[in-house]
Amino acid sequence: MNWIPDIFRSRKFHDDLSEEMRLHIEERTEQLLSEGMSLAEAKRQARVGFGNCTLVEERSREVWQWNTLESIWADVRFALRQLRRSPGFTIAAVLTLALAIGANAVVFSVMNAFILRPLNVPQPQSLYALQHGGETDGTESYPDYLDLRNRNRSFEDLVAYNVVQAGLDAGTDPSSVWVEEASGNYFDALGLQPYLGRVFHAADEHGPSSAPFIVLTYAYWHAHFQGDPGVVGRVVRLNKHPFTILGVAPQDFHGTLLFFNPDFFIPMESPLVAANDLTARGNRWVFETMGHLKPGVTPAQAVADLNSIGSQLEKTYPKDEGKMTFALVRPNLYGDFLGRPVRAFMAGLMLLAGLILLAACANLGSLFAARAADRSREVALRLALGASRKRILRGLFTEAVLISLAGGGVGLTGSVALLRAMSAWQPFPRWPIHIGVNPDAKVYGVAVLLALVSGLLFGAVPVRQVLHTNPYEVVKAGSASRMGRRMTARDLLLVVQIAICAVLVTSSMVAVRGLARSLHADFGFEVQNILLAETDLGMAGYSPDRVPAMQKRMIEAVAALPGVESVGLADGLPLGDGAGDALVFKDDTSDLRPSNAIAKPPVFSISPDYFRAAGTALLSGRAFTWQDDKNSPRVAVVNREFARRLFGSAAGAIGRYYKIRDGVRIQVVGIAEDGKYGSLTEDPQPAVFLPILQSPSNSTQLVVRSSRDPQLLAAAMRSALRQLDAGLPVLIEARDKPMDVLMFGPRMATVSLGVLGLMGAMLSITGIFGMAAYSVSKRLRELGIRIALGAQRREVLQAALGRAVKLLAVGSVAGLLLGVLASRVLAFVVYQATPRDPLVLAGVVLAMLLLGLVATWIPAQRALSVDPLILLREE
Amino acid sequence: MTDTISRDLFPGALEMMILESLRRQPAHGYALVQHIQQRSNNLLQVEEGSLYPALQRLLKAKLVKAEWGVSSTNRKVRTYQITASGLHRLEQQISSFERMFEGIALVLSPGKSAAN
Repeated sequence: MNWIPDIFRSRKFHDDLSEEMRLHIEERTEQLLSEGMSLAEAKRQARVGFGNCTLVEERSREVWQWNTLESIWADVRFALRQLRRSPGFTIAAVLTLALAIGANAVVFSVMNAFILRPLNVPQPQSLYALQHGGETDGTESYPDYLDLRNRNRSFEDLVAYNVVQAGLDAGTDPSSVWVEEASGNYFDALGLQPYLGRVFHAADEHGPSSAPFIVLTYAYWHAHFQGDPGVVGRVVRLNKHPFTILGVAPQDFHGTLLFFNPDFFIPMESPLVAANDLTARGNRWVFETMGHLKPGVTPAQAVADLNSIGSQLEKTYPKDEGKMTFALVRPNLYGDFLGRPVRAFMAGLMLLAGLILLAACANLGSLFAARAADRSREVALRLALGASRKRILRGLFTEAVLISLAGGGVGLTGSVALLRAMSAWQPFPRWPIHIGVNPDAKVYGVAVLLALVSGLLFGAVPVRQVLHTNPYEVVKAGSASRMGRRMTARDLLLVVQIAICAVLVTSSMVAVRGLARSLHADFGFEVQNILLAETDLGMAGYSPDRVPAMQKRMIEAVAALPGVESVGLADGLPLGDGAGDALVFKDDTSDLRPSNAIAKPPVFSISPDYFRAAGTALLSGRAFTWQDDKNSPRVAVVNREFARRLFGSAAGAIGRYYKIRDGVRIQVVGIAEDGKYGSLTEDPQPAVFLPILQSPSNSTQLVVRSSRDPQLLAAAMRSALRQLDAGLPVLIEARDKPMDVLMFGPRMATVSLGVLGLMGAMLSITGIFGMAAYSVSKRLRELGIRIALGAQRREVLQAALGRAVKLLAVGSVAGLLLGVLASRVLAFVVYQATPRDPLVLAGVVLAMLLLGLVATWIPAQRALSVDPLILLREE
Repeated sequence: MTDTISRDLFPGALEMMILESLRRQPAHGYALVQHIQQRSNNLLQVEEGSLYPALQRLLKAKLVKAEWGVSSTNRKVRTYQITASGLHRLEQQISSFERMFEGIALVLSPGKSAAN
């Protein structure tokens, strides 16, 4: 450990050395004086004889520098000093890189979480899920699953699971939970040990309803049982059936479907699964099956094995089975169903992020070139004083790497914050979706690597400039090289960049305007002043014959609350979920094959007061009454589009009939206005409303219209419904909440376009800035002469920035045109997105102008403030 | 410039001469330069400054040690003294230098060696 004292002593050695050298020259001077020289001559002679003091000192110092580390440290300090002297440049460079690295870190982290990271179970590399050959679907019936599990010779074991919603009554507030129904061997086959208590095993299942057990997820145990270990052995009610809590699953295990975190696990042979679901071979309700391959078995062998079982099953049960062939897929994202589009999307994003980084590097490269040009005299001077080119380049690269590390650090910090927020975010409160994209070591590594590589990349741009610096020429004549007049590759890149930026700015403005407008569009129902209360009487154990009476009582109870104007009930809502659809036929059609159907409209079962509560206008005819029940003729209210398609016009539709699949004739008694049912961007669709008593449903939404404060009203509704049945889980939300799912796509598109637009703008700014700064630096002398000769400010600016402004204009116009074209595509995603909007066009022009102004401001100031006197004196 | 030494002498030659001078008697930098130039009959034009990086290398390798003091002429000087390991190194270097010199001499005058 010799070097430790060396470091501390080195400073003293330097001082000693300087003193020693001073004394040496002094002694020599005296010697020469005594030989009869004049004082001035003696001093000069002594110095000449000694040689270059600075270099001697430097070389001596190098001896003591601890390895190269100290010299790197010296370089770093020097670079930091240099960077501090030009804060504008430093900030622009760091921010540019921070954005690019941040974007890459976020995209890579998401890709890492979606695609690269395996399921959180032991030995994930041998875990495969089954998928039907030629389909992107992996559902099986329970008997098929059992046959596949028991007959195959390729898998260690096969597990199966399905996800359902159920009502949990744990003695306090009844709540709706997400349950993973899993085969008994689930935990054992996946190799999972309980965090607490025990898990269920294959041996716990003895046929239908034999295993009323619950294994909680760690998160649910913590959130709802406060991490109480005494929870093991407790009995709770799930859809009114008693279940025993066996234990808690491992801490990091969130089920076997990525991002969809269930609350707990129950065996498939529990009371929640109907007995005939366990035996019906045609009912494919098991969501996914998966297992570890046996050691030495390849996926191809396993597929062959499964296919032979499949063909046996096909032969044995020709009535129930379709084609039974299989493929193996990675289980994380439900095989190819989600996996394929997600992979394609991520690849696209990664490419885009890579391009952003590349553009950032190009911009930083031109910034660095401008800087090197500014410093060409300094570089030449240093070369003339004996500095090696290697040393100067090392200094430049140190600056580049410092900037890249700072940019990488800032970018990574920002992206980590963003990713944390994304991980905590639950986009849809109704579903247990957690996008766990927290960055891991891999992400940090990639970010740092990208930062370093890009630092070396843009740091390399001015290398040729430095290598070709001829110190004598530069010192003699100043930088004499001139800007080329031809269009360089860098110019072209800049134009493309600006064009892309303008496209993004245009599209994001179009999207924002469209989104803002779509929130106030006519949906065919009202959104304001309406609360929804979702219930599933099945969760509270109601038998079908008791459901209608209970629903009527619920409507009456809520309608009696003060401030409530009207209450409707529906099994599903337009732009919500829950509604089914049905084929409809003309009344005179006798062959009721699907191909003869006129339409397949969504069907909503509603209570008499629904239209009033929902704010859907009844154009003609009548609404339903409670007399439209099982004993009276089947009736329907249809929308105008339905009437137009089936009967030619709305006016003639009242009193006419249509048929459904089972041949039943239904009479149209009313016409409702058209609306949006499935998506915001759809064309007018036919829709049908049926009386709830004629087509009943367990699972319904109360539609409550009231101008009372929603929070107070929600509390009142909750307590009114609890008085009716304390064990009934209720979800109360505003009318626009279910629409969040539909708005998710447009919102995400708008946000990502906005973010990309912002990045594009940042990059364009640094790009133009770099080019303008370079051009001004190169022509400083020329500008000085022009000013000295009496050029006006306008002429100076034109000379200095004309090229940059021209590029900006060309790029912007190209981008605006492309953006208008691209917005046509956008109209498929974002409702009411149109580029033919003066506000949008004006906004884009203004944005690009602003961008140009910001980018050229500093170079323009510099060009204008050129003092010809100082410049000419310097030369 | 400073590279003169390394260009005109082979690497380590200056260090060797310094060590040899110091073996005779401790000296400060100026005296060392004078000594080397005089001993070589001014054949070796050592640039005075280039002595110092060499001295620093020797110091770092602990082949010499330095001490501030006052010279006989009443000047403040930093006097260098050879250490035991310096002596050892010097002997090694001299012997390897002699071998090398012998080799070079043989190559440069093949006729003589044949005559011997």
